[in-house]
Amino acid sequence: MIQYEDLATELLKKATSKGASAGDIVIVEGDSFDVQVRLKSVDKLSNAHEKRLGLRLFSGQRTAVCSTSDFSAESLDRLVEDTCYLARCTAEDPHAGLPDPAPLVSPDLDLYDDSLHEWKMEDKIHMAVQAESAALGYDARITNSEGANLSHAGRRVVYANTHGVIGRYPVGSVSLSVSPIASAGGLMQRDYWYSAKRKVKDLASPDSVGRAAAQRALRRLGGRKISTCEVPVIFDPETAAELIGSISACVSGYAVYKGASFLAGKLGQSVAASSVTVLDHGLIPSALGSRPFDGEGLATRKTTVIAKGILESYLLDTYSARKLGLKSTGNAVRSVGDVPSVSHTNFYLVPGTHSPEEIIRSVKRGLYVTEMIGFGVNHVTGDYSRGAVGLWIENGERTYPVEEVTIAGNLKEILMDIEMIGNDLEFRGTVASPTLKLSRMMVAGN
Amino acid sequence: MAKELAKAEDFFLKKFNLNALELEQTVGKALGKQIDYADLYFEYRTNESVSLEEGMVKKAVKSVGQGVGVRAVAEEKTGYAYSDEITVKNLAEAARTARYIADDSTVGKPVPVRSGAVGTGLYPVKTPVSDISVQEKIDLLNQIDILARRYDPRITKVMASFASEHKVILIVTSDGLIVGDVQPLSRLNVTCIAEENGNRQIGSYGGGGRVEYSFFLENRRFEDYTQEAARQAILNLSAVDAPAGTMDVVLGPGWPGILLHEAIGHGLEGDFNRKQTSAFAGLIGKSVASELCTIVDDGTIPGRRGSLNVDDEGTPTHRTVLIEKGILKGYLQDKLNAKLMGMAPTGNGRRESFMHIPMPRMTNTFMLAGESDPNEIIRSVKNGLYAVSFGGGQVDITSGKFVFSASEAYRIEDGKVTAPVKGATLIGNGPDVLKRVTMVGNDLQLDAGVGTCGKDGQSVPVGVGLPTLKINGITVGGTQG
Repeated sequence: MIQYEDLATELLKKATSKGASAGDIVIVEGDSFDVQVRLKSVDKLSNAHEKRLGLRLFSGQRTAVCSTSDFSAESLDRLVEDTCYLARCTAEDPHAGLPDPAPLVSPDLDLYDDSLHEWKMEDKIHMAVQAESAALGYDARITNSEGANLSHAGRRVVYANTHGVIGRYPVGSVSLSVSPIASAGGLMQRDYWYSAKRKVKDLASPDSVGRAAAQRALRRLGGRKISTCEVPVIFDPETAAELIGSISACVSGYAVYKGASFLAGKLGQSVAASSVTVLDHGLIPSALGSRPFDGEGLATRKTTVIAKGILESYLLDTYSARKLGLKSTGNAVRSVGDVPSVSHTNFYLVPGTHSPEEIIRSVKRGLYVTEMIGFGVNHVTGDYSRGAVGLWIENGERTYPVEEVTIAGNLKEILMDIEMIGNDLEFRGTVASPTLKLSRMMVAGN
Repeated sequence: MAKELAKAEDFFLKKFNLNALELEQTVGKALGKQIDYADLYFEYRTNESVSLEEGMVKKAVKSVGQGVGVRAVAEEKTGYAYSDEITVKNLAEAARTARYIADDSTVGKPVPVRSGAVGTGLYPVKTPVSDISVQEKIDLLNQIDILARRYDPRITKVMASFASEHKVILIVTSDGLIVGDVQPLSRLNVTCIAEENGNRQIGSYGGGGRVEYSFFLENRRFEDYTQEAARQAILNLSAVDAPAGTMDVVLGPGWPGILLHEAIGHGLEGDFNRKQTSAFAGLIGKSVASELCTIVDDGTIPGRRGSLNVDDEGTPTHRTVLIEKGILKGYLQDKLNAKLMGMAPTGNGRRESFMHIPMPRMTNTFMLAGESDPNEIIRSVKNGLYAVSFGGGQVDITSGKFVFSASEAYRIEDGKVTAPVKGATLIGNGPDVLKRVTMVGNDLQLDAGVGTCGKDGQSVPVGVGLPTLKINGITVGGTQG
């Protein structure tokens, strides 16, 4: 790793000597492993090592980025030449440039599990086999499987810029998932369940993942289409997180300054029900969305996005902040081969006081949504229309499964219509939400 | 193709200082008594793009990626290892890892290889897009910005990008084949935002394929793309909320072929059918669509985004009939699934890059033209939806349920196209939806060349096509009950 820090410094020096006025560099080196087990034997096993280097250079206010996985001296010389050349071709952009100089802050967030190196192949395979077996053995109607996967990846990230900032951190993740198939009456249903963590010891047990996957597939059997109706809709924590994920995309500084978000120009205004508070918190130890500093070397932090229904902040990097006359919130992310963009860290809706059972009991007739499919979300207008799978609620009880329906509304109204918020927040990914109840949505079916 | 092979082979051997014998030895190392098949996949890829917004080309991006993937197959098991450092030592290490699945310590002998299957040169490149100056591409985007703003003063934001890829691949297999290809791919995209009295709407259009840069200038194609994006954004300013419920839907020609891709295509990929997890499993020879429907997957159309001389396992691409006059005829296969199902590979074994294991994927999937006049199809609908452009779609292979989202649609009232409606999601059941087709237009069109298909975390470029199509009774997921 030290050698990559030297390499970064050297390349930046070379770029400046070739005429670049400023720049930064990201180097990522990583290993990944994935095993898929199907019907109790190994189906696919994949092991890999990779590395990439991305160089962003400015020529005054002009920007270019080049990246490569070829670290030979000849290739890197060419990379510097190419980037310098491209940075002379693009347009002068008054807002382009590195962040203002600031010392690097890099707290240890415990994002990497050293024990990954010692984890034996046999043990990993066994874990996947166990998870799938738990699903297959759960009920006679679990008749087939798309398999179980155990994957892990580790990355070492180096960042440096011409202000003299240089930092590095290791980051890793491990996940276990199972996709069983249930069948009855000649019809099949597939569902899945998973656990994803930074550390092996934090993974849910293979048995619990397998059983949850089986239960989810089984409860879809016999799904029916229902008549078109406007009813209260409850989103389980998985689908509620998807809904909240759309809000993350709409508070990205880039969507906002481009006018490509329905939340553009709404800072300080009421955009959601007064019970709704949404946070982005990049410093939670060992959480999947945490990072010690962002893609431009700025400190990550906790940002209140929506406070009691009022839009308090967008998520910003240096460029989008400058465009909006605001300050970066430390949300820059870098794909190695591109200019920075914005992404959430750990983005979540703060839990309320209602238990999920209480929320379900409050609905006389409505839909409990457990899965959404399709891409029917328009961030510009807020129009929302997606395929849904779930359970019909009758007199406060979940009854038969529902499929082949859509749920539709507009995010502006959806946020205002949040009527109850569950107390069941759990960080299973980088976006999280408790159970949510909306007072009404259009459900289209027969 | 012979030329492409020579180019690819020389390229890799020279670049990584390897010789033919070392390739043969590596394939041998991946083999053992228990291993049925092994292959090496070398890739060297250059991607370039320029993008414009706010009247400026703000960034230019270039990336180089290289690596090799080594695969070993034992019955239904696949072992895979890849590395971005192409050396004899790393090849041997990868071969050893790949072979792990077979639990077998015997090492195979070097496999002599010979030049493989000769393709047809579907995308000859005289001038690679990378040879066109960056300035020329920047000028094109600046011109698009002016054209879009000139289209209507209500167009307030214009975003445009031009992206190109140049990929050289070399495949060495334990069948004794060595196959190479040089694959160009370009795409031009335009997005406009229109605003009027606080109402903001978006329109997007684009196109491309395995083409040279001149393609975008021919007949001022870039201008068509720009006008389409601007027209959609302006049209959506006056769009009304979409209806909710089941109704007759007419799909326009071309890009709405995404219906076939989602509702039918994925369900006919060999892997899901071998595992019996597709809603179409076991239906070969059975009626799965109206007699009016004949659907093919064709990877051999010159210059198309979804076309390939050979797939990523070195099998020449084909035109595969999936459904003929309503009867299910075949699946899309890669080598592994074809072998296990006792069928022939169809040239559909594709992968995103050297980092990925190949699997059955579509190329260009479309329905053949029927006999109806498109106007007559619309006149036949009393109350319904006319959908002419779509965003993305998705399918649940096992239950067969699919969705896709309209980005341009209109109501049909008393046989006439009336008000534009906002994006609505259509939802249906794959094995059932084509049985509801009652009219097929005589106007087959292929899409403009922007499709990307995702499966199991791997993205590959694809094409779709459709004649005007009438489907009786499909659920439209709007907000107006």
